[in-house]
Parts: sequence; C-alpha cells; structure tokens
Amino acid sequence: MAWHKKAGWSLVALLGAFALAGIALHRGESINALWLITAAVCIYAIAYRFYAAWIAAKVLTVDATRATPAERLDNGRDFMPTNKWVVFGHHFAAIAGPGPLVGPTLAAQFGYLPGTMWILIGAVLGGAVQDMVTLFFSMRRNGRSLGQMARDEIGAIGGTAALIGTFMIMIILIAVLGLVVVNAMKHSPWATSTVAATIPIAMLVGVYMRNLRPGRVLEASLLGLVLLLLSVFLGGWIDHQEGLRSLFDHDGLPLAYAVIAYGFAAAVLPVWLLLAPRDYLSTFVKLGTVFLLAIAILLLRPQIHMPAVTQFVDGTGPIFGGKLFPFVFITIACGAISGFHALISSGTTPKLLANERDIRMIGYGGMLLESFVAMMAMIAATVLEPGIYFAINSPPGVVGKEAVDAIAKINSWGFVVTVEQMQQLASDMGEQSLFARIGGAPSLAVGMASIFGTAFGKGMLAIWYHFAIMFEAIFILTTLDAGTRVGRFMLQDLLGNFNKTLGETSYTPSVIFTSAIVVASWGYFLYIGVIDPNGGVNILWPLFGIANQMLAAIALSVATGILVKSNKLRYAWVTGLPLLWLVTITTTAAFQKIFSDDVRIGFFAAANDLSAKLATDGLTADKAAVAPQLIFNQHLDAYLTLFFVVVLWVVVLDMFRVSLRALTGKPVLKLSETPHESSRLVEGWVRD
Amino acid sequence: MLKNVFKRLCHVWHLIRRLSGDDAYEQYLRHHLAFHANTLDAPPLLSRKEFYKLWQDNKWQGIKRCC
Repeated sequence: MAWHKKAGWSLVALLGAFALAGIALHRGESINALWLITAAVCIYAIAYRFYAAWIAAKVLTVDATRATPAERLDNGRDFMPTNKWVVFGHHFAAIAGPGPLVGPTLAAQFGYLPGTMWILIGAVLGGAVQDMVTLFFSMRRNGRSLGQMARDEIGAIGGTAALIGTFMIMIILIAVLGLVVVNAMKHSPWATSTVAATIPIAMLVGVYMRNLRPGRVLEASLLGLVLLLLSVFLGGWIDHQEGLRSLFDHDGLPLAYAVIAYGFAAAVLPVWLLLAPRDYLSTFVKLGTVFLLAIAILLLRPQIHMPAVTQFVDGTGPIFGGKLFPFVFITIACGAISGFHALISSGTTPKLLANERDIRMIGYGGMLLESFVAMMAMIAATVLEPGIYFAINSPPGVVGKEAVDAIAKINSWGFVVTVEQMQQLASDMGEQSLFARIGGAPSLAVGMASIFGTAFGKGMLAIWYHFAIMFEAIFILTTLDAGTRVGRFMLQDLLGNFNKTLGETSYTPSVIFTSAIVVASWGYFLYIGVIDPNGGVNILWPLFGIANQMLAAIALSVATGILVKSNKLRYAWVTGLPLLWLVTITTTAAFQKIFSDDVRIGFFAAANDLSAKLATDGLTADKAAVAPQLIFNQHLDAYLTLFFVVVLWVVVLDMFRVSLRALTGKPVLKLSETPHESSRLVEGWVRD
Repeated sequence: MLKNVFKRLCHVWHLIRRLSGDDAYEQYLRHHLAFHANTLDAPPLLSRKEFYKLWQDNKWQGIKRCC
C-alpha cells in the first residue's frame, strides 16, 4: 500500500476511534448526532477496506477468474450475470425492511449508547460477515438455499431446522409488523385513510403495468408515487371532515381484522395486481426517504437528548422488560445481525453475481448500509426528548391509561414531560393523542417529522408525520404480503409430500386453504397482541428477535462447518466467534423468557400471575374477559421459545459433531462445491 | 465535458432501468436472439404482455423480501 493511502486510512481509523471514544465517554446533557454518524462511517470504511477484504482473500479465497453460476447457468431469467450495482440494489432492497427501523427505536429505552455500539460492532463482525460468507458459499454451490446447504454439508437435521425456523420466523415477524401498523393507525383517521389508500393505488399501478402499458415499470411507479403523496394530503383533508373521519376512526381490534383480511387477499390475488406494484412503490419510497433522512441529519446535525445509558438497563424498562444483557442484542436483530438475510444471500443474489469479487460489496457492503439505516433510526428515536419518547412508547399496562397518570409515572423516572406538551405535540402532528402509541412507528415518525420539519419546513409537521407513517406502513405491508405468500409456498411444498394436488401452487382450493392457515397463524398472534393491555410488542418483538438470531446461528453454523471441512480451521473463528456470541445471547434470553420470576420477562411467571389474579377476582371485568386467552398465549410463547432454543442447540451440536469427525479424519459428507471452471467473461468486459 | 456528463447520466438511467426491471423485456429479446434465434427447438417468442406476466410470477417465487 502506498504511503499516502496508509496515511489516509490511518486518519480514518483515528477519526473513527476519536468519535467512538467521544460517544462512549460523553456524559453531558446532549450529544450531537454527527458523532454517531462519524463513528459509523469510519468504522464501516475500515471494516470494509480491511476486514472484509481479508476475509474475501484469505478465508474464502475468492477467485476472480472462476466462472460464477450466473455465467455457467445463464438462462436469461434467474441466472444471469448482472452489473454489480444492479445486484447491490436488488440485494439491499430485499434485505432492508422495517426491522432496522423498529428494533433500534425500541432499544433506545436503554439509552443511545448500548444500541449504537451493538449496531456498529454487531454489523461489522457479525451481520455483514454472515451475509458475505453465506453469499459466497451459496454462489459456490449454484445458488443453493441455506436449508439445502445445511442438508448437504451437515446433515438432514440442519436442513429441516432451517426450514422450520424460517416458517416460524415468518409467522412471528408478520404478526409483530401487523401490530406495528395497527398501533400506528389506531384512532388516527389520517393515518388509517392514507394507509388504506395505498391499496387501490397499488392495484391501479398493477393494472397499468399489466394491461395499459405492459412492463413499463418506471412510468407506472412514478404515477403511483405521485398518488401516494396525494394520499397523504387527502388523509389530512379527510381528518377535517366530520362525516368522513368517523369512517376511519377505529379501535385496534377492527383494524387488526382489516389487516388480517388484507393479508389473506394479498396472498390469494395474483402477484401482478397487488404485491408486485406495492413492492415497486415501497422500494422507491423506502430508498427516497432513507436518502432524504440522511441528508436532513447531515444538514441539521441534531442534538441527541436521550441519555447515553438510562436506568432501564436494570431490566425495569417500560417498553419491554429485561436487562441490557441479553435483551439489547435480541431487540436489535436487523441492523446488527439478522438470520433472515442468509435466506436472501442464498436465494436470488448468488444467481446474479457476474464475478466472485462482487461478494464483498454486495454481501458485506449491503449489510453495512442496512446497519447505517438502523443508526439513523436510532438517531431519529433519540433526538426526541426522553420524556416524549417514553410517553409515546410506554404501554398503558405499565404507565396507566390516563394521560395524567402516565405523565406522573414518566416524571417519577426523572424524565421531564407535561400533559400540555404532549397535547401540543399531538396537535402539531395532526393526531388526537400520542400517548401509548407503541410499536415504534409513531415515535419514529415523530422523530423523522421533527428532523424533516426543521430541515425542510416547519409548517408541515403533520404532513411529514403522516408521510413517515405512510412510508413505514407501505413497506411493512409489502413484507406482510410477501411473507404470507412465502409461508403459503412453504406450506404447499410440505403438503405436496402427502398429497400431490395440495402441492400445486396454482390449484385454487390449495391456495385458499394454505393461505388461510398461514394468515390464521400470524393473525392469532396479532389478535393476542392487540388485546394484550401491555401492548403485545413487548412479547412479540423479543420472540421475533430470538427466532431471527436462531436463524443467524444456523447460517453461521453451516459456514463454520464448511470452513472446518475445507481445512480452514485456523480461520473458523471468523464465523465461529459471532456464532458463539449468538448462542450465548439467544440461550440466555430464551432461558430468562421461560424461567424468570419477573412477570414482565418470564412467560410462565406472567401466566401464573394472571391466573392468580383471575382466581382471586383481582382483575377488572374487561381484563378478566381476555385473561384466559392471554394465559394460554403466554404458555404457547414459552413453548415456542423452548422450541427455538432446542433447534438452535441441535444444529450447533450437529455442526460440532461433523467438524470433530472432519478434524479426526473420519468420513463426513463431501463438500458440495461445484468444480472450478474458468470464466469466459474477460477482464474489462462491461458487466451488464 | 458536457458530453461526458450526458454519458454519465445515460449510464445512471440505464442502471435505474435495469434495477427496476423496466428493460426486462428488451433484455429478454436480446437473450432470445443470442441463444435461441437459430435453433430448431427455440421456444416461441413471447409478447411484451406475456413476458411481463411470466417475469412477475417468476420474480415472486421464493423469499424475496426480508425484515
């Protein structure tokens, strides 16, 4: 490396270390968000330039002259050598969903520091490594899926575990995301009407692309985007019409039923009508908004008002119960390390890579960008006054139903906020109330609205707020559509083993039957979440986190097993250390969720507490009515958690068994890597 | 200078079209021409509308969106 490059990178390292030390040691009133951005960018740059490059060169021994599956199996459809920027765009659009926005917002209850550190360290040493090595191993195996690789390299157990794990995560994920949307729409005619309008808009775009001007994706998307923006204004207008607003002013339960009905329709309707056009719109809105937020944060350099660390690290947090360790690592999955990404890295992406070298930019770089999105969500949540943040995010079961009680409780924690302040904020945002708007979406929207409002015009706070809600809702609903459909395919695949016709994806009775099962599964958890006085998010989000980290552990087990089998034991720590960490946090979290005596953490403790209260008439009539369902659900959640952790250990131990056999020279399943074939795509060839 | 800027913009536009799938049909035609033009068992050439339907259905098989 030339001396000026060395000097440049030393400077980046120094600046990053300085910013990180600044964040970690700062104990003043507030800190500027620029510190977080600087630390993040420097750490990402160093990790990408050195760690990722080292992994690619030494651990994986990437071979730029070797033909990729895209070149060897080019069929003009799924296998196709593609420009790396285009693959990067596809990959990023696929991995970045609502997860990195919700997780950091919830984890901000511990203060900005723990979440920020985990997002940075988790991504560069864990998440990005997982995404890159999975992408690499899948690419060397003709784009095989994680489940297939687990079966080929470790054994049948790993493969089945990956399959079941994926299905379960899908169900929990959709339920919790549905809950986030329901909470954002609850008693908000503006938000509800805007979100509702996205459905006919998507259908209109679908018809345009299918019938009016077939395949003209860009012009149809542009039309849709204009209509989406109009729908935000239309929502504001509806909110001011006495007759109309009552049509969209609903409790959580009817909204949950509407989301369930919508999910079913989206899974059964043809792709071109709803899912595909909605995905176009959500991708454009997502990229545009994230870009705008980055610009606004850079322009504005807002102060962060949340303390570095709050007293809630002791486990008494109002948003979810549980100590900093392990729960911050469970709460922020997407943005730090997300097992779900391994499914994308072993799905579409490896079939498009034109050159093996591209895995660093797409696998590692893509995850770094997602981590940066999580960082922005953390900033948007922590620029709010902590009192306001807790007033929006604390469930009534913890702080009380009445505004006065909630404020008194939050003040007693040492966070200043008044009823008048909350009323003023609600009216600025065009909402009736912002108390107990749990799930993360409303507080993120308030944070984004205040950043956008200050940067691009303060008079439009209500518009920005509802734009942000629409932005979150539109891609949450895309994940919901796509996830339900995937769940349906997986179920049909499974049922196809027993009955051939049930396995046919175009056989209508089977489509309806399997869609109904999938929708009923997540619909159940959504329903329970809505009727739970503690808001449901505190139960569902950790469950999702545990499941997602379990999948990450499976992916890292497969990778570690392959490294050991390829005689690369000395490098196995690259995936082995993050795996060890994941096993530790997932097991600890699962253990606490099952066995803790604290009713806000332990599922059984909560169920027993509720049973005791029910038996002694210690509950109000409305709480007593739902108590039996809540008790049943707490038991179900406990067994589900147990199941996740057992699956995790089975896969990890199986990987150990295979690795030990390989190390002691005993026979193991052969490496399933495809043989070397030289690339015909010569240097300098324009890759698109 | 101006020519260079124009070239760059064209390249970006090209990438956006590729990324969004706006040029998927043109790409399909190129592929068809390159691989199937002179073969006897060539699959029939699809119209833009037929291709688009197939392409969409194909795109949404499997896990395409994440958390």
